[in-house]
Amino acid sequence: MTGLLQTGATAMGAVWTAFPELHPPAASSIAQGVDKLYFFLTLITLFFTALIFGTIFYFMIRYRRRKEDELAGGPHEHLPLELTWTIIPTLICVVIFIWASFLYVRNSRPPKASMDIFVIGKQWMWHIEHPEGVREINELHVPVNTPVRIIMTSQDVIHDFYIPAFRVKKDALPGRYTSLWFEATEVGTYHFYCAQYCGTDHSKMIGWVYVMNPTDYAAWLAGGSKTESMADAGEKLFTRYACATCHLSDGSGRGPSLVGLFGKPEKLLTGESRVVDESLLRQAISVPNSVRLSNFPPIMPSYQGQINEEQLLQLISYIKSLGSEERKTSGK
Amino acid sequence: MADMTVHAVHGEHPPGFAHQFEDMEQQREAGNLGMWLFLATEVMFFGGLFMSYIVYRTKYPGAFADGSRLLNVKFGAVNTAVLIASSLTMAMAIHSAQTGKKKPQVWYLILTMILGALFLFLKFNFEWRADYHEHLIPGFGFYVRPEWGGGGAHVQMFFLFYFFMTGLHALHMIVGIGILTVLTVMAARGRFYEQYYAPLESSGLYWHFVDIIWIFLFPLLYLAGGRYPIPGVTH
Amino acid sequence: MSSTATVDNLEIPAESRLNYLNASYGIKSWLLTTDHKRIALLYLVSITFMFLVGGVAATLMRLHLIEPQGALVDPETYNRLFSIHGIVMVFFFLVPSIPATLGNFLVPMMIGARDVAFPKLNLMSWYIYITGAAFTLYAAVTGGVDTGWTFYTPFSSNYSHSAVIPVALGVFITGFSSILTGLNFIVTIHKMRAPGMTWFRLPLFIWAMYATSIIFILGTPVIAITLFLLGLERLLHIGIFDPAVGGDPLLFQHLFWFYSHPAVYIMILPGMGVISELITAFSRKRIFGYSFVAFSSMAIAVISFLVWGHHMFVTGQSVYAGLVFSVLSFLVAIPSAVKVFNWTATLYKGSISYQAPMLYALGFIGLFTMGGLTGLFLASLAVDVHLNGTYFVVAHFHYIMVGGAVMAYMGGLHFWWPKITGRLYPDAWARFSALVIFVGFNLTFFPQFVMGYLGMPRRYAVYPPEFQVLNVMSSAGASVLAVGYVIPLVYFIWSMRYGPPAGPNPWGAKGLEWETPSPPPTENFEEIPIVTEEAYNYPQLPEVARG
Repeated sequence: MTGLLQTGATAMGAVWTAFPELHPPAASSIAQGVDKLYFFLTLITLFFTALIFGTIFYFMIRYRRRKEDELAGGPHEHLPLELTWTIIPTLICVVIFIWASFLYVRNSRPPKASMDIFVIGKQWMWHIEHPEGVREINELHVPVNTPVRIIMTSQDVIHDFYIPAFRVKKDALPGRYTSLWFEATEVGTYHFYCAQYCGTDHSKMIGWVYVMNPTDYAAWLAGGSKTESMADAGEKLFTRYACATCHLSDGSGRGPSLVGLFGKPEKLLTGESRVVDESLLRQAISVPNSVRLSNFPPIMPSYQGQINEEQLLQLISYIKSLGSEERKTSGK
Repeated sequence: MADMTVHAVHGEHPPGFAHQFEDMEQQREAGNLGMWLFLATEVMFFGGLFMSYIVYRTKYPGAFADGSRLLNVKFGAVNTAVLIASSLTMAMAIHSAQTGKKKPQVWYLILTMILGALFLFLKFNFEWRADYHEHLIPGFGFYVRPEWGGGGAHVQMFFLFYFFMTGLHALHMIVGIGILTVLTVMAARGRFYEQYYAPLESSGLYWHFVDIIWIFLFPLLYLAGGRYPIPGVTH
Repeated sequence: MSSTATVDNLEIPAESRLNYLNASYGIKSWLLTTDHKRIALLYLVSITFMFLVGGVAATLMRLHLIEPQGALVDPETYNRLFSIHGIVMVFFFLVPSIPATLGNFLVPMMIGARDVAFPKLNLMSWYIYITGAAFTLYAAVTGGVDTGWTFYTPFSSNYSHSAVIPVALGVFITGFSSILTGLNFIVTIHKMRAPGMTWFRLPLFIWAMYATSIIFILGTPVIAITLFLLGLERLLHIGIFDPAVGGDPLLFQHLFWFYSHPAVYIMILPGMGVISELITAFSRKRIFGYSFVAFSSMAIAVISFLVWGHHMFVTGQSVYAGLVFSVLSFLVAIPSAVKVFNWTATLYKGSISYQAPMLYALGFIGLFTMGGLTGLFLASLAVDVHLNGTYFVVAHFHYIMVGGAVMAYMGGLHFWWPKITGRLYPDAWARFSALVIFVGFNLTFFPQFVMGYLGMPRRYAVYPPEFQVLNVMSSAGASVLAVGYVIPLVYFIWSMRYGPPAGPNPWGAKGLEWETPSPPPTENFEEIPIVTEEAYNYPQLPEVARG
């Protein structure tokens, strides 16, 4: 039996490598892990399909009716057998579950240091913005061997950002941030798609990921049509909306100081403790009273509808940059 | 019909007996089980609404409390009492049928209908009408009050749930009163007796169920706000 | 079993004997009938029509996808095609298919009852179905709907410019027909069994219908209220599902899948019930592991309510929720596996014959096995992230719904057709069409597994050229499949007039429905039978006699 399985696995492996048309390129750090599990699942499927088909065919021939008045024989219950084919599939399922879940949990945790790129989905295009301020439409340039975190949202309906070559996918939801991360391992050009039906031109909401050498990437960034970095744009907005009137940097204002706030756990008025991340900042700007800190009055107005998704991301980038060494030295 | 012989086996037809059953007892049990299953369906039907209500109540406790405080607790409380009383009269009507008393049967049914109608009268004529004048109908000139801060949209959401849930409940009441009207006529004609009162019994189940829904709606909608704004919890 | 119909009675030719078909004549006698068998036929005609509507949409889609840039229609129209295909096939064909036709016909007969518990309610449920179907078809013809059968918000509530409300209303209305059918079946099975017909003597088809009915009455109201909320939101823009005003678009998905995942089992459980009947009849054996097959139906019905979140692994659902839904999804696979093994074991030492219904049944087991196993891919979190929303999912659920449910429905129809009409169809043609359907089906949907892993998203009107080869293969298979479905339509209609009389029990099968003439009299049995033995009690060789 194990010999048979082994032979099957080897044959499958040969087919796998001989026909690259049967699977997408594996171009990210997690792709091979997913492929291995997929491969294992395919083996299980082939094994049981062959087992069931084979048994049925054998019985069909062996026990075909030979005479019209023929009677059947055989048992109609057998507890040990029932238990066997209940327990063995259960065990196989447990193995798959554990394997798949470990992989999933690992794949869904981004590494500590990652490059953030913002993606806004809208009917029917992908708007992508790099922290340095470079914008692209339906194209995504990333450096190879660098963890990249995609933070995304949608301006209208639910979209889904899907890069098959990286085996990653996540819904872009209106009104909140979701994120995925990947580390591209192969320089090249790969498709990305919208994988959640979103209306008329859903099938045209596709684009290309360009995985580049770090030097090429730097050159591309420098040559891009950027105006200013997202944080700088955010700083302007911060001034334009007079946020600094209350959010004084020394903490003496009517609102909390935002310096060094990002990434730290804060205790909310409701008693809940939350790490200040993009989602929390988004909530604080659009529905301020839902995430109040205890020692400040509820006087902040909602900015929902006044600033668009892109501006919101710029503001958040600015707040993130506050307290980082870079911005302190740049004279803030 | 080709199958008249079949019935001959089972003897005479008592009044109210349907051909597909073996005997009266089977018919009564089938009717009751059918009603219980129907009520299970109703529970899931309202369940979807309760679930959605809970999601948003948890998300926007302040706004839901603000909305709740605008409801008239007095009318809600009176109506709760009215409905509970109507359940009692309904139960009495069935009891009268079981003991073969025709007249009290009819009177209890009429009383049940009157209480049901009173509930609807209070609900529509006082509560909903006041809500209309105060511009609390979601989607139709809903007026966002300044004291709600940024939570106007969420208060409106509360009122959507309020009108949808109480409206659906009222619709069930109206259907119930319709059924009771038919039952009253049947009872007046002496259709129900000690051996046959199944329609009365299953309609009673339905009526009690509609009451129970209200027992859940009353605290969820009317008492969600408390008397005063909760400090610290906002829209 | 104690046969109650006398031998003389059975030998009278069908034409001259009074039965449910010739007991009364005229349109009115059909439209106002309360006979469960006639209602079953009303449903049969209606769902066949809906199947043709959905099938035409599917054919156009597959034709369109022959070319990467689309060969036939613009994306707008393509979106309407796949939406109407999904809505019609799921809500108006698959959900009512076996329960409303075979179930309606057989449930009272199999348990030895004269009719269902509430015959008028039964007729009403057909009218409700027709009303709902009319709404949906009207909307489809006049404006069409472009939301897909899943109606995801906020697209459906705030952005779509199509006839969402009339279509949703049609689905909403039809839901009540499911509820009434389910309610009727549960009461009938509980209260109307013939003397001696204990729970563990019930045919497994009845167990399957019972499990299905539970989902009908507990699941359907939730989709009803959800679609109602969707309609309200679309009309009033209060923001229940609109994040711009503080609503949550994912709440819709939770409510939707709370019904729609169990609905998958509404479609497959009755099919499993049919297969248990066919396998036993054509191998002349008792089912292997009766109680395991029966309880696995109930287990599926219960667990199916707890797995809806596996449709939402990539929505940003928390990792822990993902883990819970994943493990429950694996759990629901076990009872299905148990069934497959028991069916296979039933064949062991049987006396197997290969008339058309048996070919469908064996085809079902094979295709359902593949459909079920590919479900494991989608329950596996890390792999689902890649496969979610691709053609892999499309292939997987078509293996379950077409390879499973439709194969079983066709098998059941072929098996009970002589009982329903009193006529035989040409078995050679039937076997040929079963083969064509099996081959056509695999050609259509197997390439879609590969397409899915390669990353082609579903619901794409145009696609990158590298997927063309696989798409052409799939479209070619679809044309074979279409031919396979047309052949039975022709010989079934032919057999109604020209088929030779079937006799009460052409297959030599066990079960109360075979102990009454074909077609059965209006009240099913001359006299209510008394059951004295267990289901599928075929005479068998003693263990030792057959080496």
